[in-house]
Amino acid sequence: MLDYLLPKFKILRDKDLCIQCGVCERSCSNEVHKVDEDLGCVVADHAQCVNCQRCVCMCPTHALAITKWPQVDPGSKNWTLGYMQDIAKQAQTGGVLLASMGNPEPYPIYWDHLLLNASQVTNPSIDPLREPMETRVLLGSRPDALKVNERERTVLTTMPPQIKLDVPLMFSAMSFGSISLNAQKSLAIAAHELGIYFNTGEGGLHRELEPLADRAIVQVASGRFGVDPHYLNAGAAIEIKIGQGAKPGIGGHLPGEKINEEVSRTRMIPQGTDAISPAPHHDIYSIEDLRQLIFSLKEATNYTKPVGVKIAAVHNVAAIASGIARAGADIITVDGFRGGTGAAPKRIRDNVGIPIELALAAVDQRLRDEGIRSRVSLVAAGSMRSSADVVRAIALGADACYIASSALIALGCHQCQSCSTGRCNWGIATQRADLTKRLNPEIGAERVVNMVRAWTHEIQEMMGGMGINAVDSLRGNRLMLRGVGLNEKELEILGVKYAGE
Amino acid sequence: MKRIYAIQAWCLDCKRCEVACKTFHSPFENTVKAFKLGESDLHSRVRVEGTKTTSIAINCRHCENPQCVMGCISGAMQKDPVTGVVTSDPERCVGCRTCVSMCPFGAVHVEEVSVKGIAYKCDLCGDVLGEPGTPQCVAACPNRALIYVESEATC
Amino acid sequence: MSMRDNLREGDVRIPSGCAISGIMDRSGGRHDGSDILKSIALMHDRSNGLGGGFAAYGIYPEYQDLYAFHIMYESKTARSETEAYLDKYFMAEKQERIPTEKVSAIKDSPEIWRYFVAPHPIRLTTSETDEAEYTMQHVFHINANIKGAFVASSGKNMGAFKGVGYPEDIGEFYRIQDYKAWAWTAHGRFPTNTPGWWGGAHPFTLLDWSVVHNGEISSYDTNRRYVEQFGYKCELQTDTEVITYLFDLLARRHGFSQELAAHIMTASSWDDIDRMSPEDAAFETALRATYSNALVNGPFSVIVGSQEGLLALNDRLKLRALMVGEKDSMVYFASEQAAIEVVCPDVKNVRSIDGGVPFVVQLDEVAARKATEAAENIPQLMPQPHEVGVLPAR
Repeated sequence: MLDYLLPKFKILRDKDLCIQCGVCERSCSNEVHKVDEDLGCVVADHAQCVNCQRCVCMCPTHALAITKWPQVDPGSKNWTLGYMQDIAKQAQTGGVLLASMGNPEPYPIYWDHLLLNASQVTNPSIDPLREPMETRVLLGSRPDALKVNERERTVLTTMPPQIKLDVPLMFSAMSFGSISLNAQKSLAIAAHELGIYFNTGEGGLHRELEPLADRAIVQVASGRFGVDPHYLNAGAAIEIKIGQGAKPGIGGHLPGEKINEEVSRTRMIPQGTDAISPAPHHDIYSIEDLRQLIFSLKEATNYTKPVGVKIAAVHNVAAIASGIARAGADIITVDGFRGGTGAAPKRIRDNVGIPIELALAAVDQRLRDEGIRSRVSLVAAGSMRSSADVVRAIALGADACYIASSALIALGCHQCQSCSTGRCNWGIATQRADLTKRLNPEIGAERVVNMVRAWTHEIQEMMGGMGINAVDSLRGNRLMLRGVGLNEKELEILGVKYAGE
Repeated sequence: MKRIYAIQAWCLDCKRCEVACKTFHSPFENTVKAFKLGESDLHSRVRVEGTKTTSIAINCRHCENPQCVMGCISGAMQKDPVTGVVTSDPERCVGCRTCVSMCPFGAVHVEEVSVKGIAYKCDLCGDVLGEPGTPQCVAACPNRALIYVESEATC
Repeated sequence: MSMRDNLREGDVRIPSGCAISGIMDRSGGRHDGSDILKSIALMHDRSNGLGGGFAAYGIYPEYQDLYAFHIMYESKTARSETEAYLDKYFMAEKQERIPTEKVSAIKDSPEIWRYFVAPHPIRLTTSETDEAEYTMQHVFHINANIKGAFVASSGKNMGAFKGVGYPEDIGEFYRIQDYKAWAWTAHGRFPTNTPGWWGGAHPFTLLDWSVVHNGEISSYDTNRRYVEQFGYKCELQTDTEVITYLFDLLARRHGFSQELAAHIMTASSWDDIDRMSPEDAAFETALRATYSNALVNGPFSVIVGSQEGLLALNDRLKLRALMVGEKDSMVYFASEQAAIEVVCPDVKNVRSIDGGVPFVVQLDEVAARKATEAAENIPQLMPQPHEVGVLPAR
């Protein structure tokens, strides 16, 4: 069959700068570049390029850039080149289109319509370099009220277990298998250094990460991979994954070729077999079943660890979250439709779910309407691109935010959305030994730590500008936000006023 | 003294170290000029050996008792008594290859230049022979597979 | 084109700067309002004539078991509607116009009445709430639903006297020299717009609480959305209102001492907690974890009045001035030291109140009673137990 698929990208090589050193050739797992001795130059197979930009960064003379394939679309705003190419691919393969990372389509990004406040005259802004600026948060459930003995300064109420975050950020679930051990190690080391947490995803806890397990949130998902009592007790908290923002309603599928010896041992499944996480948990067909799983996990850990539940942001998210709170979850995580994934059916990734901003605002408000917001912790996930997004999320009502794509970008990810090929040139979303070693966890951890520290400084600056010196006072403080370019309904759901009001 | 160590686990076989080494030791500061104008004169003192999956950047250890210096018949190979840097003086080298055969690390190479071979080896990128500088291979390595650290000599 | 009506407190958030002042006799001795008037008048330039007021404790000893409602009416219908409502839910022992003086600077004053009432006994029983909660809910109802009526105060043996004008004019208008109280607080307001609404003046009160406040809190919406979960309605959108509700929630409903309630609102910093003994750290951590949303942030100084006495509190960073001084059984608070010395030239122990450290002055009899009481708080609603089993706790 003639291949109707067009290349997506084109390598631009500056011949004046190219020294034919071959670094690009050796850097590309897609075999795009080749030093051609006969032609006396470096040639490119453009069709293989995924625009991961590894070669661009590695080239010692900056001779490379990547551009879009210059083919124009037919001019129809309906039949765009993208849709036509998708059909061409399906006509060739007969398969479901696979994609990776988060929803890239041009839906509204509400973060960009929310502006932050700052103090002027009537109250002073606070300089984080001169005054303490508290970013610590505790996650877990909390009693409605405390009973104490004031004279003896003792608490008589039994406090539920809590985890302590020095910054209101965590690295969201990315399993060993979907990402490399070096990537997970980088995040684990960074979490340890930053006083925050990483999440094992549904991939078990690799034995090399055991020393860092006190910074792990261990995930229990529908495939139950890697779950045993040791695993549950090893982490600081447990997360039941019901859904994921990138692919609500869909399970997971790690193909057999990625299940090497290490992945197999960590997931506790045979080598070379596909690891299939069913779409639902087959022991949770309703909310009361969820309660049973939550309490099974609490029993297994003797009520010493917070148990959270992560759901994708879907239409009825507020009611679902309320049910989860009542089912005994200590932490509720809502993952918006921009959230990333190692692999998802493209149609699901691009068409299912709702924006985290609206979901978060709706969940926070619903829990307050029911008077139970203070009892549970609420974590927002699904694309926090900067410290300003984190500040917005907390002001909308989140206790903390999960970040993953941004952490991967700090590690080197260039959002080429090709994780599912397993040929990640940055050593992140791959298990190929020659590629995974490209991510030295020492460097990886350093880069992630730098990024989070930078965000922390920025969060402190923004809080200080608002005249706030503890993140507690930012949480749910929607007066610190103003909308621009939003309609009445959007403002109502977000619970914010329009700029100028 | 500070020495360069290669870590096989992190070596990616990209050979950016070689490009950097060649450039530094060329008459030009600019990589493009070094390669375009001085091609025949470019000699890398660091060499990446191996394959994509297993590779290592082989480099001089500047030994306490360097075999290459002991074997040198012309006095080209010298260990600086103060800095400890082992260097090869191209003016004095006669290309006999004794150093190549004696180096336990394979860190010396003889390359044919005009009429004779000359032994090339790492000089720690000093501006003056015998003075350590800022090793360019270490700076160019994207994955910390080359590190420049203080250490006791082992040989 | 006509100008838009000025938006009132409640329609919009109005930041304001202020002067505050407080005087109390620990022994319970009652003094007339001339000193507090002198003290607040000295700080004339800290207000701009758009709000002033006083709260006084111990002024109605003959009706000390009844709720004293001070209500402002902007129209006759507001009064008749309110009185019909009060008739339904309360039994009034006495109702009268509050005596006022004509003062040239005070214009457009509403009709101001007071009622000494007790909750209707049958309705109270059927409401299944206690007397305080019952009264509070009905005060909320009047303020939110009866147009042109505003309950300025609703405590027992206390009252608020407030309005639009400089505090010294307001004091004269209400003839506060004619009242004798063991505790007085005063407020002069510098709002950033001109609403000219009497209900928006301070002190803000709820039941026995009265609060005078100087500052603009940056945690307002966090605090508001927290207390609104528990039935409080932040109708006025003012800092003072939400601070009052936080005190009511923590001290009355959760049963903490006022001092601990204030401590929760200005919690120990994590840096300090990290340096504490494990026992103290556990106590402070539990408070911060549970009452994280009650932390009040941004510059503020407040004087909270209640039947126990006065409590003064500054924000954690001490971004607002507040001084205290003592002489014998008298305690004086004011935004400026001069406002203390003007009424008590030989005041002792004058100092600035530390940021985040509640300064509590109790009536001697209250302090004596508290010393013998149990140190455990009794929350109105017992907290949800931490579930440590799948079966219901026995």
